[in-house]
Amino acid sequence: MATHMAEPAAGGTEASTEHLTLEDRIWLLRAMLLMRGLEERAMTLYRQGKVPGSFYDGYGQEAVSAGAAFAMAPEDRLCILHRDLAAHIIRGVTPERILAQYMGRAAGITAGRDGNVHFGDRNLGCVGMVSMLPDMMLIATGMAMAFKLRGEPRCALTWFGDGSTSRGDFHEAMNWAGVQKLPVVFVLENNQYAYSTPLDKQFAVDPVERAAAYGFAGVTVDGNDAEAMFEATRAARERAIGGGGPTLIEAVTMRMHGHAAHDDMKYVPKEQVEEWRKRDPVDRQEKRLGDLGVDIEALRAEVRAEIDAAAETALSSPMPDPADVVEGVFCDGDAEPLGDGVARWSGFASRAVA
Amino acid sequence: MATLTYLQAISAALRDELRADERVLMMGEDIGVFGGAFKVTDGFIDEFGPDRVMDTPLAESGIIGTAIGAAVVGMRPVCEMQFADFISCGFDQLVNVAGKMHYRQGLAVPITVRLPSGGGFSGGPFHSQNPEAWFMHSPGIKVVAPSTAEDAKGLLHAAIRDPNPVCFMEHKHLYRRIKGEVPEGVFETPMKARVARSGDELVVIAYGAMVHTALEATEDIDGASIEVLDLRSLVPLDSDAILDSVARCSKVVIVDEANQMCAAGAQVAALIAEKGFEDLDGPVIRVATPDVPIPFSPPLEQAVLPSVERVKEACRDLLAY
Repeated sequence: MATHMAEPAAGGTEASTEHLTLEDRIWLLRAMLLMRGLEERAMTLYRQGKVPGSFYDGYGQEAVSAGAAFAMAPEDRLCILHRDLAAHIIRGVTPERILAQYMGRAAGITAGRDGNVHFGDRNLGCVGMVSMLPDMMLIATGMAMAFKLRGEPRCALTWFGDGSTSRGDFHEAMNWAGVQKLPVVFVLENNQYAYSTPLDKQFAVDPVERAAAYGFAGVTVDGNDAEAMFEATRAARERAIGGGGPTLIEAVTMRMHGHAAHDDMKYVPKEQVEEWRKRDPVDRQEKRLGDLGVDIEALRAEVRAEIDAAAETALSSPMPDPADVVEGVFCDGDAEPLGDGVARWSGFASRAVA
Repeated sequence: MATLTYLQAISAALRDELRADERVLMMGEDIGVFGGAFKVTDGFIDEFGPDRVMDTPLAESGIIGTAIGAAVVGMRPVCEMQFADFISCGFDQLVNVAGKMHYRQGLAVPITVRLPSGGGFSGGPFHSQNPEAWFMHSPGIKVVAPSTAEDAKGLLHAAIRDPNPVCFMEHKHLYRRIKGEVPEGVFETPMKARVARSGDELVVIAYGAMVHTALEATEDIDGASIEVLDLRSLVPLDSDAILDSVARCSKVVIVDEANQMCAAGAQVAALIAEKGFEDLDGPVIRVATPDVPIPFSPPLEQAVLPSVERVKEACRDLLAY
């Protein structure tokens, strides 16, 4: 059914790239465990009526955001999609703020002004998505345009889904980035379904092949392998910084849950889900690191404790004050640009200022 | 002071900003080598280069979207829509991304979108619109609409220096028709209304090209003392100035070149009904373009756009009420 059904990895312990230390590889697993654990907790809170609206998760897609965000420098800028929680975690957003965000609390990243996964911490170089997809492709393209105009060695990255490739902003961004040869990385998160619509109703030609038509490289990556995602993004970033222009990375993965909490996904064949369950990205990274002697249980326990503490903090935090609801539509002070995020990859450590 | 056309005043403001602030860049279709469809940026590329006077692909969503991206990393983009009508193709980026950004995540989007608007020269249904009300209805976007050369320059400086998205409605029919004294250098015109002519028997409230229609129509209506209030800014809307005029004049005619339904003037009428009712000495009268696409052929176009005669007639009727 899928245009690109990535083969499962060989299953060995060797890293997909020489650029990751053991500590890096553990961080990737940690980010994915935090994403999965936080989303599971949020789903529980949703069922308990503590998360208003609906809830969207990225179960089974954790490697896409973890791997890609891990390759980004503090001065790079990210426009993050709704199944990419690991990117926020890697950039430095704390678990209690994420849970507070889901619950519409004042301590959430948007302080209750926008819901669920519609957030980005501006102080960490991230812009929150809007529901019109893939609008953020153009935002990332514009960031890259500014970097190039100013001669800064930085890049912008954004994620978007298979359904997004049908809209005009996909074309406008790809074309613009190609014409101006901009330092931008486009991560197409191909999770087989746009809500209920499968790929064969979405496009006649796999979108990764379109990259060539815009004058730049398109690569297909196993989106369930965090290390492969990291390596592809690292290479794309290097190309961007070096003046080589944009890259389209197609991360082939599977949306293992419904579009949102209400969706029982009955339009997806059970066999397809079971097939993809064997390629679970968290299992894969655990197996790799377990084989190397990393204490996976201890890491899981540590993450669980962090989530428990975060939930407690978030649940006891106040709701926003309706007295301020009409404030802040306009900026009254100086326009402050986005700040820098946190970089976890050891490859950036050597650049740290002493 | 120099005497400049409305168009020259806009060009002068853009040139001054490009010189004053390296974060400022112009983006648009055919604005570089060609100098813009209306020649607003004629010659700019020679002084500032193709990076800062950027010929973009034909992609309005792309222009607004990339401008937002550049703005949140520290630039001050000024986008030109070749005609205001084409903002419909960039509507989503402006309304959903730019307009909601600061409220949602405290991130300012300092972009200016120049919108050459208005009819009167057989531009037809796609080159004659006045789409300002679309953005008045969308939180987070400022909308200004100058009527004079001086205000065109001062409001454009204010728009570019504002930390928010600003729609700058520049009326095409004023480009070369209107001239005036314009102070040298950078000055910011406040986003507030201006009394274009003071009076105390009736006030005509208008903005953009309709200010001139209002002034001409009310030059002499049997010697009546007629005020003309030039709104200049639609968001923010200067409620105090509107209510002050109503309190002094008691009779109100509101002129919109835009289609009548939910136009800027409808908001002004609602404001007066809510807060100025006790000061009224007659019904609020609106003169606007009926709710039809702007037709091409001159007699058809002239039949729908508010004319000097229609405004004069409305004032006469109301004075006699």
